[in-house]
Amino acid sequence: MFDAPTPGDTMVQTDTKISARNVQVYYGDTHAIKDVNVDIEAKSVTAFIGPSGCGKSTFLRCINRMNDTIDVCRVEGDILLDGEDIYDKKVDPVQLRAKVGMVFQKPNPFPKSIYDNVAYGPRIHGLAKSKADLDEIVEKSLRRGAIWDEVKDRLQAPGTGLSGGQQQRLCIARAVATEPEVLLMDEPCSALDPIATAQVEELIDELRNQYSVVIVTHSMQQAARVSQKTAFFHLGNLVEYGDTSQIFTNPKDERTESYITGRIG
Amino acid sequence: MPVSWLVLIILALAVAGYFVGRSRALSSVQGDGRNLHSLPVYYGANVAISVLAPALGVLVLWLLAQPMLIERSVSGLLPAELIPEGSNLNLVMADVRRVADGLDAAVGQGALSNNEANALRAEDTDIRALLGEVGVALGQEVRPEVLNAAQSYRSLSHTGNLAMTIVVITLGLVGFVLSVRNSHGAYRARNVVERAVLILLMSAASLAILTTVGIVLSMLFESINFFRLHSAADFFFGDTWAPNFRGDSDLSILPLLWGTLYISFIALLVAVPVGLFAAIYLSEYAGPKTRAIAKPLLEILAGIPTIVYGLFALLTVGPMLVNLFGQNGALGVDWMSGATSVLTAGAVMGIMLIPFVSSLSDDIINAVPQSMRDGSLGLGATPSETIRQVVIPAALPGIVGAILLAASRAIGETMIVVMGAGAIAKFSLNPFESMTTITTRIVSQLTGDGDFASPETLVAFALGLTLFVLTLGLNVLALFIVRKYREQYE
Repeated sequence: MFDAPTPGDTMVQTDTKISARNVQVYYGDTHAIKDVNVDIEAKSVTAFIGPSGCGKSTFLRCINRMNDTIDVCRVEGDILLDGEDIYDKKVDPVQLRAKVGMVFQKPNPFPKSIYDNVAYGPRIHGLAKSKADLDEIVEKSLRRGAIWDEVKDRLQAPGTGLSGGQQQRLCIARAVATEPEVLLMDEPCSALDPIATAQVEELIDELRNQYSVVIVTHSMQQAARVSQKTAFFHLGNLVEYGDTSQIFTNPKDERTESYITGRIG
Repeated sequence: MPVSWLVLIILALAVAGYFVGRSRALSSVQGDGRNLHSLPVYYGANVAISVLAPALGVLVLWLLAQPMLIERSVSGLLPAELIPEGSNLNLVMADVRRVADGLDAAVGQGALSNNEANALRAEDTDIRALLGEVGVALGQEVRPEVLNAAQSYRSLSHTGNLAMTIVVITLGLVGFVLSVRNSHGAYRARNVVERAVLILLMSAASLAILTTVGIVLSMLFESINFFRLHSAADFFFGDTWAPNFRGDSDLSILPLLWGTLYISFIALLVAVPVGLFAAIYLSEYAGPKTRAIAKPLLEILAGIPTIVYGLFALLTVGPMLVNLFGQNGALGVDWMSGATSVLTAGAVMGIMLIPFVSSLSDDIINAVPQSMRDGSLGLGATPSETIRQVVIPAALPGIVGAILLAASRAIGETMIVVMGAGAIAKFSLNPFESMTTITTRIVSQLTGDGDFASPETLVAFALGLTLFVLTLGLNVLALFIVRKYREQYE
């Protein structure tokens, strides 16, 4: 599915994983996303920032077609994943979502055991050949979600009984268990306290070795800490997109500068 | 004075009190409402409440207590030998009341003066003919003791009514005067009105609860009477239901309970899958337009009177099943002989329960947070996988509760089984035979001219009480399950 990462390879690679061309999104009559063009790189963290209602979450949900579940939502333009148009009629959104995982704003573990939460995706997609295989996938995913040590003795306890930060890491483990290529995160830390946030951010940094991560965040410090690329959205437009260091130190657009210095938003 | 006049007087006093209290409060602050503690309407309402509450409260209590007290004192006048064999005091007292009413009517129509009515003697006058002239027909000659009792009944009622009128009007006036005197700027009329509203609401709630308690108690006392006449062991553990109005009946609940549970089971077999699938379609797949049309249509089913379902069972479903399973039927089997059967009643009852199951399940499925569905869809699950593995397990306790509520309705359902199930009490597994249920037996034991003190009639109360305990248990269990698992989402 993807190449094993070379150890110590933290260099930003320049392959384009997702490329969006002239994307328009409408909610009924509202034009929510206006003509967005963006290339998201493989094996890096891309942050979407911008004020509330600017369309960053909407755009994120376009990437795995979660907007399909909203009746009034209409998407125009092309979004290419590895060069293939994901809005093509031949593409099954269910298969797409297996490749493009998603972590939501609020931790949403299923009312099942911790084990079953993580095993959910592999079971649906038939990834495990045997029970031992599944056990291994669950353990590996929980380790990647940096929560294994906390839950290894109570895998049969309900996932809803964990603390908020643990629940969110469980949801990340659940998302990586299906071996996605891209991980979309919609404000994954907004419901967490600073300690849990730090744990999740550390985790995101590790995930970068294997996945392309796209994260929507309201915290500019967070964007600066975890991402290599940053996109600034404002009123449905992609205002500026570039290296995180450049966006935060030397923004080209006036609106970006106003936002990151706290004058608008 | 008739009670209706008394009520009208009190109401008029209250309306007058409203305006007097309001204007007096306003004038106490020279017409500047801002200096009042409460809005002027509260002062008016306070006076009206002070007039109404005590006066009407005493009126109601008086009306309840007076007949009981008078009957007790009058029945003392009746000698014991007056009560014929096989009758009881209540029947004689009914005669007394009837004669007293007749005398009232005669006085009212001018056939007698009040003094003449009190001086009448059974030996001298043909009371029956006299009362017949004023339109009160009596079944037999009036005996002197009954006439005496009736005359004393009249005079006591008269005195009682007079006293009641005086007391009630006095109370109204006292309330009026006291509360009008209180209507000045510093008086906290709003708090009084708020309290009165609270008491009104609380009494409405407690009335509903007390009625339930009253129903249970009345069933309980009659059931105790039944168990005095019939052995409890036979009722609960016997295996034959064969009421015989000449006495010596076999009255066991088990064959009836079997029929009830069997028919309910078939009803649930129809209602649960159909209702649940309908709920899943409506809440998960249907678009808003379909939903807006389909949901009310489905709920119309719930509004059909059960007697109409009964007709449907008897005239449509039953013959249809006979055409399928009966002699010379479409399937060529001879399993079913009559239109009434367990299957007929069960199927129709199941149809009746569909909207019940579907609308409760629909609410419960909708209560599963959207984030659960997003999480599952986001992992690449299909909609039906999401429903099967995430939504239904999350909603399961609620759905079980809904099914138990539906079961308790099925057990208590009457009209459909009266018309569709038949009247034969037996243990059988054959769904094509007619069988009977607890509810239909209650109906048949209480209709007709049974003696109201025989075990054959009283058994209806024992059956009803058992049914009540059964459905109450199911409801409690359902509520317990729903509550226990409700918080699991968050």
